Amino acid sequence: MSAKEEQASGPVMVLSCPISLDYAYSAGQSASRFLRAIAEGKLLGQRCPVDGRVYFPSRGSCPMHGVTFGDDAVELSDKGTIVTFSIVRVPSQNIALPLPYITVNVLLDGADTILIHVLDAKLEDVHMGMRVQAVWKPREEWTTSTANILYFRPIDEPDAKYETYKEHI
Amino acid sequence: MTKPATAALTAPHHLSYTYKRSLGKVLSAFFTALRDRRFLGIRRANGSVLFPAKEYDPDTSESLSELVEVGPTGIVTTWVWVAQPRRQQPLAHPFAYALVKLDGADTPFLHVVDAGSESKMATGMRVRPRFCDVPKGAIDDFVFEPA
Ligand SMILES: [Zn+2]
Repeated sequence: MSAKEEQASGPVMVLSCPISLDYAYSAGQSASRFLRAIAEGKLLGQRCPVDGRVYFPSRGSCPMHGVTFGDDAVELSDKGTIVTFSIVRVPSQNIALPLPYITVNVLLDGADTILIHVLDAKLEDVHMGMRVQAVWKPREEWTTSTANILYFRPIDEPDAKYETYKEHI
Repeated sequence: MTKPATAALTAPHHLSYTYKRSLGKVLSAFFTALRDRRFLGIRRANGSVLFPAKEYDPDTSESLSELVEVGPTGIVTTWVWVAQPRRQQPLAHPFAYALVKLDGADTPFLHVVDAGSESKMATGMRVRPRFCDVPKGAIDDFVFEPA
């Protein structure tokens, strides 16, 4: 008796019960502007009119003050500083790097909020304050998606000073 | 018509979880029997039979173990007609969701009656199961049809 036939005649021990939900997601005005910009390789944040902090990605209103951001956008660099990191050893979907890989909180230059992404570096090299830059897909593959950035990669710059990112830890 | 550049972007978003559950003694017996085209209920201390079989008495919480074969025919105790089935529903053509009490069981359970048209449905009607060609031990191995 083959293993498959045996499976078909032995007791049923496990029930597969997948759940799936289909949504039509609307990005809204502010995230749509952010996504249209990233389709052109630009990273847009927005500045709070109350305290001047720059939120990235851009969003409709300030979560601290509740004020709307209006139409002013701030273009950010694709370079930044690693605030924290973690080594991932379990597989996940839609990650451009092989296991084990490094997931990082990056503070983009000019932003006051962190971006969670992945880093292509030797596990023993990654550290807080490390300077990194985005690695983009080939230009012809850019769409209105954050997936245009494949991952971050270390760059040859001195580490950022702790004071410049400590509030984001 | 092209949308203005300021229209909000939209995209399909599919969220799914590939859950599997282990069945334990009672439900393993229930689904194994179903794969063999048989229906198992379970007897309570008061003598009544629950279908589908479950591990515990819903009133007293005591463990249950005496499996009882019921059906395969039964009666419709109440029903609703689904005139326009949606994509994830069990049948692509119109059908009824019905509470069906299998012969020998004391509780009805919710399932599909493939009756062809609403005019064939009636409370109290008798139904029989129609199994798929290769049952795998799942509740959608069968639908009911008028007996
Ligand atoms: Zn603010």
